[in-house]
Amino acid sequence: MSKLGLIIKREYLAKVRNKSFVIMTFLSPILMVGMVVLIAYLTKINDSETRVVSVLNESNYFSTDFGSTESTSYVVFKDLNLEEAKDSTLALNFYGLLYIPEGKTVEDVAKRAYFFTKEAPNSSVIDKLDAVFQERLRQEKLVDLGVSAQEFEAIESGFQLQTETFEGIQNLKGINEIKAIIGGGFGYLIMMFIIIYGGFVMRSVIEEKTSRIIEVIISSVKPFQLMMGKIIGTSLAGLTQFAIWIFSASLLLFVVMSFLGLDTSGLQNAAVLPGASVNSMPAMPSELNEMQMYANELMQIPWAMLIFFFMIYFILGYLIYSSIYAAIGAAVDNETDTQQFIFPIILPLMLAIYVGFFSVFGNPHGPIAVGFSLFPLTSPIVMLMRLPGGIGDGGVPIWQLILSIAMLVGTFIGIVWLAAKIYRVGILMYGKKPSYKELFKWLKY
Amino acid sequence: MNSILIAEQITKQFGSHFALKNVSLEIPTNSIYGLLGPNGAGKTTLLRIINQITYPDSGHVLFNGEPLKAEHISLIGYLPEERGLYKSMKVGEQVMYLAQLRGLSKAEAKKRLLYWFERLEIGDWWNKKIQELSKGMAQKIQFIVTVLHEPKLLIFDEPFSGFDPINANIIKEEILHLKERGTSIIFSTHRMESVEEICEYIALLHNAEKILDGKLSDIKKQYKNNIFNVGMAIQEGETFINELAQKFQITSSAYDKAQAELQFQIQLPSEDTRHLLNHLSSRGTVHNFVETIPSANDIFIKTVQSKSVHE
Repeated sequence: MSKLGLIIKREYLAKVRNKSFVIMTFLSPILMVGMVVLIAYLTKINDSETRVVSVLNESNYFSTDFGSTESTSYVVFKDLNLEEAKDSTLALNFYGLLYIPEGKTVEDVAKRAYFFTKEAPNSSVIDKLDAVFQERLRQEKLVDLGVSAQEFEAIESGFQLQTETFEGIQNLKGINEIKAIIGGGFGYLIMMFIIIYGGFVMRSVIEEKTSRIIEVIISSVKPFQLMMGKIIGTSLAGLTQFAIWIFSASLLLFVVMSFLGLDTSGLQNAAVLPGASVNSMPAMPSELNEMQMYANELMQIPWAMLIFFFMIYFILGYLIYSSIYAAIGAAVDNETDTQQFIFPIILPLMLAIYVGFFSVFGNPHGPIAVGFSLFPLTSPIVMLMRLPGGIGDGGVPIWQLILSIAMLVGTFIGIVWLAAKIYRVGILMYGKKPSYKELFKWLKY
Repeated sequence: MNSILIAEQITKQFGSHFALKNVSLEIPTNSIYGLLGPNGAGKTTLLRIINQITYPDSGHVLFNGEPLKAEHISLIGYLPEERGLYKSMKVGEQVMYLAQLRGLSKAEAKKRLLYWFERLEIGDWWNKKIQELSKGMAQKIQFIVTVLHEPKLLIFDEPFSGFDPINANIIKEEILHLKERGTSIIFSTHRMESVEEICEYIALLHNAEKILDGKLSDIKKQYKNNIFNVGMAIQEGETFINELAQKFQITSSAYDKAQAELQFQIQLPSEDTRHLLNHLSSRGTVHNFVETIPSANDIFIKTVQSKSVHE
């Protein structure tokens, strides 16, 4: 076996056999599911508490029916003055008291209405009450303007602008966002992988330095071989972890589906022939139509192309960042010294994600999206957010894709070269934390 | 005389700091060579160049007459000063890994390992993790890793630091055994007295420069100052020593009147001791007459001092 092969094998086994790796691999999906269940459960508990609000209504502009809901119910006080109502509300341990005074006009009444509570009230309760007043005021205004309630009802109608491209393909509202979210998912995956596994590479380098084995090894192999072996071995361990997660997630999905009695083959059919599973998914015909269109649109995302480019951007992006991580690990003696160097690396990653979510989602081919999808340190994430729109007409222009990958490859070569130089010098330096200036000097050794 | 390694005019600079300045060395085949000098003299940098970990700015190294190249790595064994092992890896796996990196096949590595594990009586450590071993035990493993691929040239940087006396002795014996079997050995250390007794050749490095090298016995001859320690039985030693002091340089003396025992240190103008011995014998009984041979440490200090006077 070649030396590089030996190093990759050792790094891989060292990572995969590590107890924390095994535990994380099998525990984190359970933790994730557990977390979701817990959040759902807690939310339910939080909402299941019913609030009772008492109402003292002295005016005749408002009906006393505020429409009780699951979480809030209303009790109407009669023949009490405000002070007595307050005392009773407190005595009965109600959530609060809504006081609607007498008045000449509805505006006057609304202005002087008060909601009394023991502590600062829950915003959802307030919103509900606000809406009631708002609605009443509007109706009153309309009546003043001579519009009847029936006429008003007639005005209210659902409206949505339909769009279509020049080729006559109907656009769906939000489909760009959905596509970008899919691309964003890929981009996010890359970012997480880089941060987690780049960190592993860095710690592994630091471990070799602190255990003082590094000089023994590099008297046998070239530092560059060791660095690349480490990066590749660690990433293979990461891919193994992902493979296990994807496999167990699909298995879990399958088990849950069959447990709930859902026909999984029907699900597959639904993907191929939208509408085949009408029975299991009762929906209004028009909604179904729209669902179908969304499904069609999603099916039309060039998945093979997307996954192909995901692999390219993933590999290049990961190699660039993890060699920087390796250089950082080589430059320092322990993990606490890494902070000042790590921040500048994470910055472009965070920037890519934020720019992606705020700018690329809305306008996937605008100048900012184009710029960031060409810049090598952000392109692996941002370009993947643009790609679900396709390549060529209406999608990412081919020249941008080629330029972006070419710049990424160029950066990759440059960064790996620089990182290898810092690595080569750094692994033999012990004692003090180097400054950026010193790192720069190392490049010339 | 064959030389396993020749370094010619090696210069290495880190920024504006010289780690090595025109250093030339010749290491005879099948010898034990001491590379001596204080911390920071450039020893480790030189060893790293020989091991192709770093490269010289100028100058070149010949191994067995050929310019040093990557294939020579499998012919050199190196125990660095900063040495360690993967803490959470098992002993057997770890040594197998390092042996294969040095170019041994899996089967060959295993065979030789079993031999060494038996020889050093550590056979039952195979499945232990390094973190379960004591420091001395780990050092034995490191020694095995260094010699396992049967290199022609063995390089030890501060080999005995961290060893307890018993283990240090075992390792010393093993090294001498390897030398008998034809291996050439370089010892690098700042504790000169620790290797003086086993080195045939030495080189002294100071401030990135070689200030002295050659066969240790020759150097000692060159640096001996004809000082002798004398012990003799004589009556009225004080008078005698005063007499002597008029003709010779007496550096120290002590006379025990009750025992009539005189001890003194005397410096002669030449190697010739016959005249003095005759004179001494005519006056009393000489018990001991020993030439004081300068230690490597003395020679080092002397050379450095004379260097700085010249500059």
